[in-house]
Amino acid sequence: MITQMLFSRHEKKTIWAVFLILLAAALVPLANLLIPEDSVFHVPGYLVPLLGKYLCYALLALALDLVWGYCGILSLGHGAFFALGGYAMGMYLMRQIGDRGVYANPLLPDFMVFLNWQELPWYWYGFNHFAFAALMVLLVPGLLAFVFGWFAFRSRVTGVYLSIITQAMTYALLLAFFRNEMGFGGNNGLTDFKEILGFNVQAGGTRAALFAATAVALALALLLSSAVVRSKYGKVLVGVRDAESRTRFLGYRVENMKLFIFTVSAMMAGVAGALYVPQVGIINPGEFAPANSIEVVIWTAVGGRGTLIGPIIGAILVNFGKSIFTAAFPEFWLFALGALFVATTLFLPKGVVGTVQQFLARRKEQRQADVVEKAYQDKATAKAESQLAILEPQAAE
Amino acid sequence: MPIPSVQTPSGRRNLYPHAWHDVFPVNARLPKPTEQEELMYRAIQTFVVALCLLAGCLATGLRAEENIRPLVDALGATAFPQKIEAVKALAVSGDPKVGDILQNLSDGKLYAPKTGGAVYLEGPSGGTYLDVLTGAAVAEVPGNLAKIRLNNGLRGAIGTALSQLMLLSPDRAARLAASRDLLKDANPDNLDLLNSALAQEKDAEIKATMEAARAVILLKTEASAEDKKAAIDTIAARGNRDALTILTAAMNNAPDDLKPSIQTHINAIERSLAAWDVAQNVWYGLSLGSVLLLAGIGLAITFGVMGIINMAHGEMVMLGAYTTYVVQQTIAAVAPGMADFSLAFAVPAAFLFTGLVGVCIERSVIRWLYGRPLETLLATWGISLILQQAIRTIFGPTNRQVDNPSWMSGVFEAGGLAITYNRMWIIVFSLGVFVALLLLLKRSKFGLQMRAVTQNRRMASSMGIRTPWVDALTFGLGSGIAGMAGVALSQIDNVSPNLGQNYIIDSFMVVVFGGVGNLWGTLVGALTLGIANKFLEPYAGAVLGKILILVFIILFIQRRPRGLFALKGRAVEQ
Repeated sequence: MITQMLFSRHEKKTIWAVFLILLAAALVPLANLLIPEDSVFHVPGYLVPLLGKYLCYALLALALDLVWGYCGILSLGHGAFFALGGYAMGMYLMRQIGDRGVYANPLLPDFMVFLNWQELPWYWYGFNHFAFAALMVLLVPGLLAFVFGWFAFRSRVTGVYLSIITQAMTYALLLAFFRNEMGFGGNNGLTDFKEILGFNVQAGGTRAALFAATAVALALALLLSSAVVRSKYGKVLVGVRDAESRTRFLGYRVENMKLFIFTVSAMMAGVAGALYVPQVGIINPGEFAPANSIEVVIWTAVGGRGTLIGPIIGAILVNFGKSIFTAAFPEFWLFALGALFVATTLFLPKGVVGTVQQFLARRKEQRQADVVEKAYQDKATAKAESQLAILEPQAAE
Repeated sequence: MPIPSVQTPSGRRNLYPHAWHDVFPVNARLPKPTEQEELMYRAIQTFVVALCLLAGCLATGLRAEENIRPLVDALGATAFPQKIEAVKALAVSGDPKVGDILQNLSDGKLYAPKTGGAVYLEGPSGGTYLDVLTGAAVAEVPGNLAKIRLNNGLRGAIGTALSQLMLLSPDRAARLAASRDLLKDANPDNLDLLNSALAQEKDAEIKATMEAARAVILLKTEASAEDKKAAIDTIAARGNRDALTILTAAMNNAPDDLKPSIQTHINAIERSLAAWDVAQNVWYGLSLGSVLLLAGIGLAITFGVMGIINMAHGEMVMLGAYTTYVVQQTIAAVAPGMADFSLAFAVPAAFLFTGLVGVCIERSVIRWLYGRPLETLLATWGISLILQQAIRTIFGPTNRQVDNPSWMSGVFEAGGLAITYNRMWIIVFSLGVFVALLLLLKRSKFGLQMRAVTQNRRMASSMGIRTPWVDALTFGLGSGIAGMAGVALSQIDNVSPNLGQNYIIDSFMVVVFGGVGNLWGTLVGALTLGIANKFLEPYAGAVLGKILILVFIILFIQRRPRGLFALKGRAVEQ
């Protein structure tokens, strides 16, 4: 059933996007590993994890777009789900270090030895198995989103208030993870990873594989989102976004619909975080910072919310710009980002993709109108019947 | 006035633990002088004293300060008993310089020839010497000068003499400090001294302290049962934590018939201390609450009244703090005498400057976004990033030093509360701002127009109110108040480009918790959150306390999505 859902009819744009992402998943690792270094087509080693990072951000932006663009829930706490997924993966990677840490303790990660802890806290059990960690990557953010959403949506906390309490949630988690007593490495977070599934995380091959995995995950998430959005449920979701009360009065259980999409979106964000950590090599409480979550919103807004490929394009564009800016003029990056926020809201409320779509739609309309006008002119010259016969197939479309 | 530290007669409290005479105990090294030697020293000394007296009389015609010179020079004697005698004689001489001389002696700054003789004060640079009494440089000194040695007996004598001097000093602060030292370090040896000081003391506070000290001493001695009972009552009457410690200590070696009375006193003090602790927590909470109120009240205007999610609010606070810094620097450069009043200029300057920035933001960005609250959030967030970076570019990323004026520093005690002046003034200031804002909204023409525009924009517009202007001024007002909050926060927090970031979430919590569009709600919300935070802190720690508050607010919003004091009516359903 899931396969049927995944491969049911999608928009042509989505199919193209999936195809491009999968192409990148194949080409970038190949260009990095097989093509000799002096060739123009060689992808240098430092670029692979960087591109992988962009794709993780794209996945996160896509997750946010599902709730914001299609359901009107502006979450300022998606960074929290991302970071939770990242921490779950980070815990697995920490356990893989084993006795190769600085203190060579076979069971406890270095920071616990440093804090003089005697035994592993219960919530660290099981994270030495990849499958368990992978499950937690989905379950922990999903469960948090479910519980949070269950309370919030049932009591009809909407709009600005929801945004503010999601921000409070990620802020509370930020403070909590900064505490050493939490057992997640406190200020320094989790780092100094060695291996993932037995492969060295620093090795070129592993990095290429991680990039490919990220791209595949993004492609799958895109198909899943497309399936959700194009289903009957997705249509109602847009109804919730545009007229929540009316949808409720029509008999739909609005809170359940919101809860479902919020949880799915949180899980996707968790996966993005889990893929992000091994490529970046560190996860620390800074990822919970409210500013990060707001930045995700601007990626989505720049690309175009309410479209599926918009957030992907937005995340890649903005982060690419960030990489260039912070290297060339580090002190101007915040000016540029700030200006981007203002300019997007003022001049590009639909984002890049939305604006292009609008432009195309208007041109199409214009063309049709031209044709119709021409038809009327022709009708005036008493050739109406033959012209109308040409118009009919277009109207059917 | 710097108060010379008082050494106890037993000399346990050594001020310079690494002085050489501690490393090499004096008594062990010094060969005991033979009787003959001692006689000779005394003869020499008497001769020197006589000589000095003569010289003094001849040179200056008997200046008062010279009266004690023989006593001072006697400090240079080689035998400790003589030095002790000299210290005791100095103490009763009543000369104002004696305190400094004894302090110098105890600090090891006085020098005398090894064989005994005139005493010199160590000069500012090595190898130079000053006259002990006049402080003038002495050109020629005997070649064999050495530091005057101390032993425990001498230290004890110095300590007693110093406390005696202090207890009888004409300076009130010195007497108070001395009596407090005595209370802290109650030594039965000082009982006579204390009794004589008590007899002449007039000041009520010092007298009370001395009586308490006397009571503590009495408890340690073999005084009669009645005296001890009276002493216990005296101590218990003080009712603070020190009294509790003293009584608990006294409990152990008290006679059995006194124990019940001590126990009742202990219980009573514990009860009152617990009550004061609660009061202190409330005070801390009010203090935090007033900061939250200051930070949140501007947001209550922009967010609560206008419906704009102003994420740049924190940066307005930050701009206010930097305005304070600039004003202070300017005043320090132009009129240094006015430094204490720089805040009086900073408050209006910050209000006007941030208000102007607010009007500019409203006119250039926000007016295009009315009715789209989530997009104002993004745009103002962008503005906040720009403002932060602008300040960082201009002033640098490090903290700027903003000084407290003298009337805002220090502590005073009210009952069992320790109240710092800066916190107190901030509470007063925030309440003042609150009342002023309330009056502005309820009593002024601008407030009336503002409320009209908020309630029904089109109707207000039809009545001739220039709604765009009212929008701009309202946003400017909210920003200006944030700027004034910045002035206050610059007094207690680091002035850095990140200042605003620390307050933005708290401010939103306050406004949302209190109820949007209601100033009273903001007041209650700020004070409640402040006090709740301070009561949680002792149990949960500062960070966990804050987390609990955040979780509490998240849960609270579920129960009452519109805050504590929700607006009623159809406006809610927007």
